[in-house]
Amino acid sequence: MKLPLLLSLAATCCTAAFAQQDVQKKFQRQLIMAEDGDTITFPAGRHTLLSTLSLEGKKQITLRGEGMDRTILSFAGQQEGAEGLQVSNAQQITIADMTVQDTKGDGIKTMHVNGITFRNVKTEWTGKPGADNGAYGLYPVQCENVLIDSCTAIGASDAGIYVGQSTRIVVKNSLARHNVAGIEIENSTYAEVFHNECTENTGGILVFDLPDLIVKKGGHVKVYNNNIHHNNYPNFAPKGNIVAQVPQGTGVMVLATGNVAVYGNRIHYNNSIGTAVISYFMTEKPVKDSTYVPYPAAVQIFDNDYRRDKVKFQGKGRMGLMFRFKLRFGRNVPHIIYDGILNDDWTDESGRYRDEYRICIRNNNNVSFANIDAGNNFRNISRSMALHDCTLPLTGPSREADNNIAL
Amino acid sequence: MKKLIFISMLAIVLLSSRSEPGPEELLSGYGFFTGRLADQVPAEGVIPYQLNTPLFSDYAEKARFIKLPQGAAVPYSANGVLQFPVGTVLIKTFYFPQTDRGKRLMETRLLIHEAGGWKALEYIWNDEQTDAVLEVAGDRKPVTITNPAGREITFDYIMPNLNQCKGCHNTNDVMQPIGPSARQLNGELLYASGTENQLQHWSRLGMLKDLPPINEVPATPVWNDPATGSLNDRARAWLDINCAHCHKQDGPARTSALLLSYEEKDSTRLGFYKTPVAAGRGSGGLQYNIVPGDPERSILVYRMASTDPGVMMPELSRKLVHAEGLELIKAWIRQMPATQP
Repeated sequence: MKLPLLLSLAATCCTAAFAQQDVQKKFQRQLIMAEDGDTITFPAGRHTLLSTLSLEGKKQITLRGEGMDRTILSFAGQQEGAEGLQVSNAQQITIADMTVQDTKGDGIKTMHVNGITFRNVKTEWTGKPGADNGAYGLYPVQCENVLIDSCTAIGASDAGIYVGQSTRIVVKNSLARHNVAGIEIENSTYAEVFHNECTENTGGILVFDLPDLIVKKGGHVKVYNNNIHHNNYPNFAPKGNIVAQVPQGTGVMVLATGNVAVYGNRIHYNNSIGTAVISYFMTEKPVKDSTYVPYPAAVQIFDNDYRRDKVKFQGKGRMGLMFRFKLRFGRNVPHIIYDGILNDDWTDESGRYRDEYRICIRNNNNVSFANIDAGNNFRNISRSMALHDCTLPLTGPSREADNNIAL
Repeated sequence: MKKLIFISMLAIVLLSSRSEPGPEELLSGYGFFTGRLADQVPAEGVIPYQLNTPLFSDYAEKARFIKLPQGAAVPYSANGVLQFPVGTVLIKTFYFPQTDRGKRLMETRLLIHEAGGWKALEYIWNDEQTDAVLEVAGDRKPVTITNPAGREITFDYIMPNLNQCKGCHNTNDVMQPIGPSARQLNGELLYASGTENQLQHWSRLGMLKDLPPINEVPATPVWNDPATGSLNDRARAWLDINCAHCHKQDGPARTSALLLSYEEKDSTRLGFYKTPVAAGRGSGGLQYNIVPGDPERSILVYRMASTDPGVMMPELSRKLVHAEGLELIKAWIRQMPATQP
C-alpha cells in the first residue's frame, strides 16, 4: 500500500505545484503504461491536476475511484489541455466511482471508443453556474455502445450529459442539475434515456440533429420514465452555441430529428414549454448543408404526465418576443408546442404528413397543445391535437440495447 | 540433454535479439549525433531538414533530422507526408536561444517507424545539457525567452506525454508524421556541403526516388515571407501546419467539422459563417468561426488569441500567443470581401 501513503503525503505536506506535478505524472504514467485488461485505481482524496489525463489506444481498461465525491480529480488550477479525463481510440473502457471537478473545458471526453461505460461518476463545476464553466460534463463523441449509469452532471455551460455522433446508447439512473441542457442526444442513433432526473437546468432533455457535422442523421431515440422537472434555470450558455437558444423552462426539446419517442415521463413545472417539437428553422440560422434534413418527423409523445405553474413563458431573447407578441399565450402556455413547419416531400395530397412522418400525441395526462404555424407567421395557431391522434411503431432496440452493451 | 537445452536457449536469445529493441533510456544511446550531444552535430546518415512553414511551439526553435535505414529511399509524392520506409527515424530537438549561454535544449522527440507503425518517444534534456532522458509522462519547466517583439517572457514550457503525441500525430487513429511532405521540404537549406534545395539534396544522396524537375514540385509558402506566396496562400499554410493535424477529415477534431487543411475547398468546412460545435466558452460569445472581413467577430481569431486552456487553439503545445501568426490570420480575414451568411 505504498501508493496511498505517498499520495496522502503529497496532499498534506506540500501544496506547491511541484507535488501536484508529481501526482499528475504518476497518474498519467499509469494510464500510459496500462496493459490491456488492467484496472487503475485512483485513491480517495482530492487530487489537484494541472493538465488533462489521457488514455489512448487501450482495451478493457477500468479507471476506478473509491467513490463519487470520495475520489475527486480537481482541475481548478488546470493549465493545459481542455478536458479533465480524455479517452480516445479504445475499446471496452469503464470509468467508475469518481468525481471530476472544475475542468477548463469538458469534464470527461471519450472519442472513438467502442464500449464506454460511465458508472457512478460525477462531473461538476462548483460555484454558481456561469458561461465560464466548461461545455460538457460527460462527453462521449463518435463512440459506439455507450452506457451512462448512475452518474451526476452539474454546472455544464452546454450539456451535463452529452452524447454526440454516437450509436447504441443508454443513459439511465442519472441526475443532471444546473446545466444549460441536462441530457442531450445529438446526431446519434439508437439511444435510450430512462430513469433519469433532470432538474434546475435551462432545458431538461434535448434530442437534436444539427447540420455541418461529420456524423449526421440521428434518430431512433427513446426518452421514457424520466423525471424532468423545474428546468427553469436562466440560460448561461456562451453565445454562438446552439443551446444558447434554448428557452429557460424547457422540459424536452426534439429538434430536427426523426423516430423519437417521449413517453411515460413526468414533465413537471418546466414553465416555458413542457415538450417542444421543432425544426432547425426555429434557430434562424442559415442551412448550407445540402445533406441535412431540418425537419422533425415520426415523433411520438404519449403517456406523459404534465404540470406547470400558471406563469408566462420564461424564456428571453427572440423566442421571448415571439411568445409575447406573436403567440400571446399569456399564462396559459401549452405543454406541447409544435412549430408546424412541414417538409413538402413528406406530405400527401391533402398537405398532411404521410403516416410514417406524423407527429403523434396521445394519452398524456393533463396536457395542452399548440401547433404554432411558424411557417406562416403564426397565422393559424391550432390548439387541437386531432391531427396528431396516432401511434407509430417503437423503433430500435428497446432494452436490448442495454443488454447488448458488454460490461 | 544439457547441450540441447543450451542450444535452444541460445536460439531463443538470438531470435529475441532480432526483434525490434525497446527504447533507449538516454538519447545518447541511439548514436544520432557525434561530439558533444548538445551540439546536435549529426552522425553519418543523419540528415538535417526544415519545413517551409513549421508549427508554432511557444517560439521554441527546432532542429530536425531524418535517418533512413541503410540504402533505403523514399518514393516521391506530391501530396501529403512522404511515405517513409520502416526503420526511418525522425528526430526533432526543441531549444531556446539564451542570451547568457548559447542554447537551452528542452526536449528531443523521436518518431520511429517500426513494422507495427510509427512510435513516438519523448526525451527531456537534463539541466546540465549532457543528455536527454526518456519520459513517457512528459514534464514542464519554467523558461525565460525574448520574443520577436523584444519583450522578455517567463512561462512554463510544457513537454508532452506520449498520449499527447498521438493527440496531434493522428490520422484515423493511426500515428503519422505531420510535417515532412514534398511541399514543405521544397526549399533551400544550408548543408555542410553548401546551400541546396532539400529535395534535390535528398535525391542526390539517393534518399528520394523519382523526383520530378523541381519547378514541377509544389511548395508550401513560407508563412512570413510574402515573396513565397499570396496572403491567402501563406494564411492557409499557417492554418494547415498549426491546425489541420487535428482539423482534417480523418483527424481528431473532425467531430467539429471545421477542416483547415491546405487542400480543403468547402467554405463552410473552412469556417466561413460556420456555427461552432461543442466549443463551449471557446465561442467567445461569437456566432461564426470566420466572418469574412471581420476578424474580431471570428471565433478562429478569438481562440488563437487566447491562452486559457478552455478556449485556446491549438489545445496543446503552446502557452503563448503566436502574435505574428495571429496578425497573418487577421489580415487574411480582414481582406476577404464581406458577405452575408
